[in-house]
Amino acid sequence: MTETARLHRDGGPTGSADPREPLTGSAPRLVRTAQDGLAVAWRNLIGLRRVPRLLVFSTIQPLVFVLMFRYVFGGVVSPALHGVSYVDFLIPGIFVQTAVFGAMNTAIGLATDMQTGLMERFRSLPMARSAVLVGRTTADLVRNVFVVALMTGVGFAIGFRIHAGILSFLGGVLLVVAFGFAMSWIFAVVGMAVGDPETAQAAAFPVLAPLVFASAAFVPVNTMPGWLQAFAEHQPVSRTADAVRVLVLGGPVVSDVWQALAWDAGIVAVFAPLGVRLYRRAV
Amino acid sequence: MTQAQAQAQPQAPAITVHGLSKRFGSVTALESVDFEVQPGTVFGLLGPNGAGKSTAIRILTTILPPSGGRAEVLGHDVVQKPATVRGLIGLAGQYAAVDKNLTGRENLRLIGRLTHVRRSRVRRRAADLLERFELTGAADRPARTYSGGMRRRLDVAAALVPDPPVLFLDEPTTGLDPQSRNALWHLIRELVADGTTVLLTTQYLEEADQLASRVVVIDHGQVIADDTPALLKSRMGSTVIELDMVSADRAARAAGLLHGGFSEPPRVDGSRLGLASREGSRPLLEVLRVLESHDLAPGTVAVREPSLDDVFLQLTGLPGGDPPGSTP
Repeated sequence: MTETARLHRDGGPTGSADPREPLTGSAPRLVRTAQDGLAVAWRNLIGLRRVPRLLVFSTIQPLVFVLMFRYVFGGVVSPALHGVSYVDFLIPGIFVQTAVFGAMNTAIGLATDMQTGLMERFRSLPMARSAVLVGRTTADLVRNVFVVALMTGVGFAIGFRIHAGILSFLGGVLLVVAFGFAMSWIFAVVGMAVGDPETAQAAAFPVLAPLVFASAAFVPVNTMPGWLQAFAEHQPVSRTADAVRVLVLGGPVVSDVWQALAWDAGIVAVFAPLGVRLYRRAV
Repeated sequence: MTQAQAQAQPQAPAITVHGLSKRFGSVTALESVDFEVQPGTVFGLLGPNGAGKSTAIRILTTILPPSGGRAEVLGHDVVQKPATVRGLIGLAGQYAAVDKNLTGRENLRLIGRLTHVRRSRVRRRAADLLERFELTGAADRPARTYSGGMRRRLDVAAALVPDPPVLFLDEPTTGLDPQSRNALWHLIRELVADGTTVLLTTQYLEEADQLASRVVVIDHGQVIADDTPALLKSRMGSTVIELDMVSADRAARAAGLLHGGFSEPPRVDGSRLGLASREGSRPLLEVLRVLESHDLAPGTVAVREPSLDDVFLQLTGLPGGDPPGSTP
C-alpha cells in the first residue's frame, strides 16, 4: 500500500472537502462525463472485437437483404422509379435499415450487462450516470460506420453508383450514422426496461419491422394505401432514407436533410433522459 | 462542534447506520437496522441467505435507496451525497462483476478510468494488484478464460483500484477454494493494517471470527446480535457432536441418558441428536460408552465446529434462513 492513498484517511469524516484530490485528475464535469462515456465505449468495442461473431452476423443480415431486394424485388419496383435504377434507390434504404436493425444490438447489449454484476458495480462507481448508455450508443455508432462502409463496397459490386459527388455521399453516410445513433437511444430504453437479452430481442422486433418495412427504405411509398402512406411518408426511416437518397443521387437537399436531422434530435432529446432515468432506478 | 472538540473525541465511525429500513413491495428486507463501524476495522455482517445483508450493502454503496432511516459513509449521507460516497468506497459483489471479454488488466484499467484515477497511476496500480492477487500470468487473457476463483480475485482487485478508504465485500469468499480464501483473508488483514475500513458479509461464522473485530448478526432484516466474535462464540457450545440414532424413539432415550453432562440439554430433531460441547470432541468417547452400555449405539456420528445455524438456534431458537417465498 502506498503513500498518497493514505492522505485522506487522516482527515477522517470531517476532513478536507475532496479526499480523492491527490489521486485523481480534476477535469470539468462535462469533460469527465465524456471521458466516462468513452471509457465504457472502449470497453464495449473491445468486446465487439473479442466476440467477432456478433459483428459477422449483424453484417450478414444486411448483406442478405441487399442481394434479396436487388434481385428478387428489383424487377417489380424498377418501373415505379421513373428512370432511377433500383440498386441506386435501394442502397440508401439498406443503409438506413442496417442502422435500425443494428440498434437492436444496443438493447441486447445493455440487457446483457444488466444480468451481470457489472451494472451493479458501475452504479457504485463515481462515474457519470449517463456513461453506461453513452458508452453503449457510441460503440454502436462506431460499429455502424464499419457496417455502412462494408455495405457501400457490396453496393458498388452490384452496380450502385454515386451520382452527386463524394462529399455529398459522405454527408449521406453521416446522416445514416446520426440516425443509427438516435435509434440506439430508443433501444437503449427498451434494453433497460426489459432487462434480459432474449426479451430485448423479442421486444425490439415489433418496433423495428413496421418502421423499416412501412417506409420508403425499399419501395416508393406512393404504391401503399392512403392510410399507410400518411405514416410511411413522415416516419423517421423514410425521412432519413429520402434525405440520404438526395445526397447520393442528387436533387434539392436542404429540406429533406433538415427533416431527418430534426427526427434524430427529437429522438435523442426524448429517449436519452428516459434511458438515464431508467439506469438510475435499475435494480 | 469545534475543531478541538472533534480531536478530543474518539474517532468518528467510518460507517453509521441508523434505523435503516428497506421494503420491496410487501416484503421487508431490512427493518430498523442500527450499527456503527469503527475506522480501520473489519466489521462482519453475518446472516443466512435472504437475511438482508446484500440489501444493506447495496444501500451503503448507493445502488439502492433506503425506505427509511439513515446511512453514512465517512460522515456523508448515502442519499444526500451519493456522488461523494461513491468516491470513497470500493465494492466487490456476490457475483464476480468483471467484463468477461476484457483481459484482467483491461478490467482494472476500466475501473481506474471510471474512478478517475490518473492514467499513469492506474497502470502501476493494475500491475501491482494483478501481482498481489496472483493474476500476473493471466493478466492479458480475457477474463472469460478464468476459473471462478480467478474471477472472484479479479473482482476484489477491481474494487481496490482507486484505493478506497472504505471497502464493501459481499460474501467475498463464497465459492473460493480454501487456498484462495486464506489468501483473501490475508489481504484483508493487510488492508486493514493500512487503515482501510472493511465491511464484509458472510454466511460463515468462522470467517467473521477470523477477520472481524465486531459482528452484527441479522436475520429476516433485523439485528439479532451485535457483539465481538469471541463473545458470540462463547455464548454457544463450541463444538457440536451429532448422532443419528436411527429412530426418534432411540434418540429420545439417548437424550434422557445424556442429559446433564453438557452445557446445554441435548437437542433432538427426529432421529438426530445434537450435543454442544465446550471441550471439543473429548466427551465423544464417554458418550459412545454410555450409549453402547444401554444398547443405543448410534448409526452415524459427526463432530463439527459450530455453524451459523447453531448461532441462530442459540439466538432465536429457530433455524435461520428464508421463510418460503421471500425475496433476497
